[in-house]
Amino acid sequence: MRVSLTVNGKLRESEVEPRLLLVHFLRDVLGLTGTNIGCDTSSCGACTVLIGGDSVKSCTMLAVQADGTEITTIEGLAGEALHPVQEAFRQNHGLQCGYCTPGMVMAAASLLAEQPHPSEEEVRAGLEGNLCRCTGYHNIVKSVLAAADMAPVPAPAVAS
Amino acid sequence: MTATEATTAPGSAGAVLGTRRLRTEDPPLLTGESLFVADIKLSGCLHLALVRSTVAHGRILSVDLGPAKSMPGVVAAFSGADLKDAWAAPMPCAWPVTADMLSPTHLPLAVETVAYLGDAVAAVVAESEYAARDAADAVVVEYDPLPAVIHLEDALSDRNLVHEELGTNSSYTWELSPDPVAVEAAFAAAAHTVSKRYVQQRLIPSAMEPRGVLVVPHPYGGEYTVYSATQIPHILKIMLAITTGIPETSLRVIAPSVGGGFGSKLNVYAEEILAVVLAQRLRRPIRWVEERSENSVATIQGRGQIQHIDLAADSGGKITAIRVKLLADMGAYLQLVTPGVPLLGAFLYTGVYDVPAYSFSCTSVFTTMTPTDAYRGAGRPEATYAIERAIDALAAEVGVDPVEIRRRNFVREEQFPYASVAGLVYDTGRYALALDKALDIAGYQGLRDEQARRRQAGETKQLGIGVSSYMEMCGLAPSRVLGSLNYTAGGWEAATVRLLPTGKVQVVTGTSPHGQGHETAWAMIAADRLTMSPDDIEVIHSDTAMAPYGMDTYGSRSLPVGGVAVALATDKVIDKAREIAAHLLEAAAEDLELTDGSFRVKGSPTMEVALGAVAFEAFSAHNLPDGMEPNLEASVHYDPPNFSFPFGTHIAVVELDTDTGQVRLNRYIAVDDCGNQVNPLIVEGQVHGGIVQGVAQAMWEEALYDDDGNLLTSTMIDYLVPAASELPSFETASTITPSTTNVLGVKGVGEAGTIGSAPAVMNAIVDALSPFGVTDLDMPATPERIWRAMAQASAMAQAEGEA
Repeated sequence: MRVSLTVNGKLRESEVEPRLLLVHFLRDVLGLTGTNIGCDTSSCGACTVLIGGDSVKSCTMLAVQADGTEITTIEGLAGEALHPVQEAFRQNHGLQCGYCTPGMVMAAASLLAEQPHPSEEEVRAGLEGNLCRCTGYHNIVKSVLAAADMAPVPAPAVAS
Repeated sequence: MTATEATTAPGSAGAVLGTRRLRTEDPPLLTGESLFVADIKLSGCLHLALVRSTVAHGRILSVDLGPAKSMPGVVAAFSGADLKDAWAAPMPCAWPVTADMLSPTHLPLAVETVAYLGDAVAAVVAESEYAARDAADAVVVEYDPLPAVIHLEDALSDRNLVHEELGTNSSYTWELSPDPVAVEAAFAAAAHTVSKRYVQQRLIPSAMEPRGVLVVPHPYGGEYTVYSATQIPHILKIMLAITTGIPETSLRVIAPSVGGGFGSKLNVYAEEILAVVLAQRLRRPIRWVEERSENSVATIQGRGQIQHIDLAADSGGKITAIRVKLLADMGAYLQLVTPGVPLLGAFLYTGVYDVPAYSFSCTSVFTTMTPTDAYRGAGRPEATYAIERAIDALAAEVGVDPVEIRRRNFVREEQFPYASVAGLVYDTGRYALALDKALDIAGYQGLRDEQARRRQAGETKQLGIGVSSYMEMCGLAPSRVLGSLNYTAGGWEAATVRLLPTGKVQVVTGTSPHGQGHETAWAMIAADRLTMSPDDIEVIHSDTAMAPYGMDTYGSRSLPVGGVAVALATDKVIDKAREIAAHLLEAAAEDLELTDGSFRVKGSPTMEVALGAVAFEAFSAHNLPDGMEPNLEASVHYDPPNFSFPFGTHIAVVELDTDTGQVRLNRYIAVDDCGNQVNPLIVEGQVHGGIVQGVAQAMWEEALYDDDGNLLTSTMIDYLVPAASELPSFETASTITPSTTNVLGVKGVGEAGTIGSAPAVMNAIVDALSPFGVTDLDMPATPERIWRAMAQASAMAQAEGEA
């Protein structure tokens, strides 16, 4: 089947197997390997991307279901400088091995777009779908709260 | 304190260490630029999928590859029988702990029998990942099932054998009993004794990146490049040479970005060996990427012990002897260091206490479950759990506060260096100081008052307060000690430091980071000594072609062994640079001091030469002292004289809902002492993550098997790796008591959090439950388990009342 979607501002078209997962489309067809795969049950959130600004686990949907959407992956977040959420993670040691990080950053960006000034509890609840094994979440939560304080978080880039 | 941008200006020695420098590793990880194994794409690469056993234990009757081979995209398929002659040696176990230890032959693909669900029986290679998976699912395997063996005491009975050819399920018995008569005498004379049985449930390490391997053959050059999600590229290279017969000189192993390990990637796995052999046969690159549900059965698991611990004490609660008997679960086979894990705990059951008599014995058995091996802390969390739970029981027995019983038994500051009854010499420790600081942060008396208030008021939400004072031995390890424990390899670490002609510096390390931040920390160590900025230092690691010597990363060894090696190699380079500088300045070497990146003549500060200029002189070699070799490079192979012994006190505060058995961790206070800190930001991160892995053992995680040996928790839906919503932020602090056995004064910190935390949480939960007559509880403390324990205690109290 043919899919046509916008990824990080670029129109991408491809012929895909109907069963191809979106995360495999991003990684294997488009070569955007920043989006990681951590489980096979949509539990860990490592594959989180933004679709129309909402965070979505890209292993839970098929590439064909994403036809016509606008997707932002971790590769599309930073410009010349890191996105404020990325910068906050860096400033606050919000990552160690970095494997959950792209998904965590995308989930955090989406959370802050919805709730620009969340409480610690809201951050913890908002990141419930993303697992990290290294940080104990302490510095992730601190990073997200810091990102909220740093600057208004711009809506993640989507194609105009 | 907030983290600062890397602004450390060149200065005097000591300007960089101890600063909260941001990690250089982060930008590529934050932007998706870093490459993990699964991210490396090669044209012409084949994909490997494995057919794993569907029974925990059984004879393989037939393997029909026919349907798989005829599927589109399939290149080849092999059964275990097809490849049984392909291996130059079986899968390695590097730690035969006793001369008579039994170990079954373990091949990458099972041939006649399967002994756990992760045993692979066939391998399929195809042009795409989807095609390989489809074809693997089409392989038909028939089994004659054999009884599963999943309970350790049942395994010990030999009622059903895991490996018939061994004639028993017991692999070995290992003892440490310096003076058994003294132990018996202490128990005979004891005013108080405590006798406890604790269960260390099996855990699934759950690094966020599953395993993966990519082998690139160069069939006409004879070289194989192996990319693996491993903690141990150096050990893996040696083991691949041994198991495949490919000369070590034709193997290069690279650990690219690795997404966490926690011990689970401290191993040599079937898939790594298989991928090399298949790449050799098929002459094409082979890639295998583990699925999470595969990881649950085919990657090593942690813990798995039944612990019997007895304490003897005098009337004042001073411990006079400790006796420990372990039954340890090896799983189906011995992986790389499986049998050694209980030994790493054997020296620590006396905890932070001054104990005069001690005996330890461990019997290890095979079961039809995933092999166990090192998981964060490896033996030491188990030991700490047992002593820290048992000493709380002793406090109850003696009738004193858990804090007081610890104080009465601590090894005191003036006793260091302290020779323990188990045979270790602890370098430094200030156990009471860490305890006091933790109590202060917690507001311990206030917590006890609040607890008393809630108890008196009969509130539904009750408080529990748990204390755990730990010490551990890490920084593996003096090679001679490892040798005396029958470990096959040494515990040294290598480092090379090069000053390049442009004034930049390369540090080559044999450690292999997978999230710990060695690139940042090692650059800081070298920069501090060179009086340069860490920005000018590159750290090279995890590639056996670029860093040929190394013993890799595990056992909280990287800093106290590898980091110290970097410091010593840097000093060696500075010594040579000083000779050259003295020659150039026509001064005596001993009159030169190194500050701000330049050698200056003491008392004549205008007479100076920059390190960069010295490096260029060494490179051009036009004007070196007579007989001196060109270039500025020095290597060190550092063998530590002792382990390192970090310590601390953790306090957990839990809130128990007495109606539902639900527990919430309200506060967690951790005071850790890992000696001098290279980068406190990184230390705190290690502590945070470590705490959660111990908290998770106490509260949520358990690899549960049914009686047929099926893993019931094979996905992240069933196996409860905690999320942010289940945890509080932590209150951490440190005391700094430098190690006296290395030049940096550092101790390891990677496992300390995990070692201290499970007993703190369980002590808190049992504390909350104690008014209800519950005196003990197994991990994980699920609401159901708590509710049942309360119901049972209440029924017993009622029965006693009626009697």
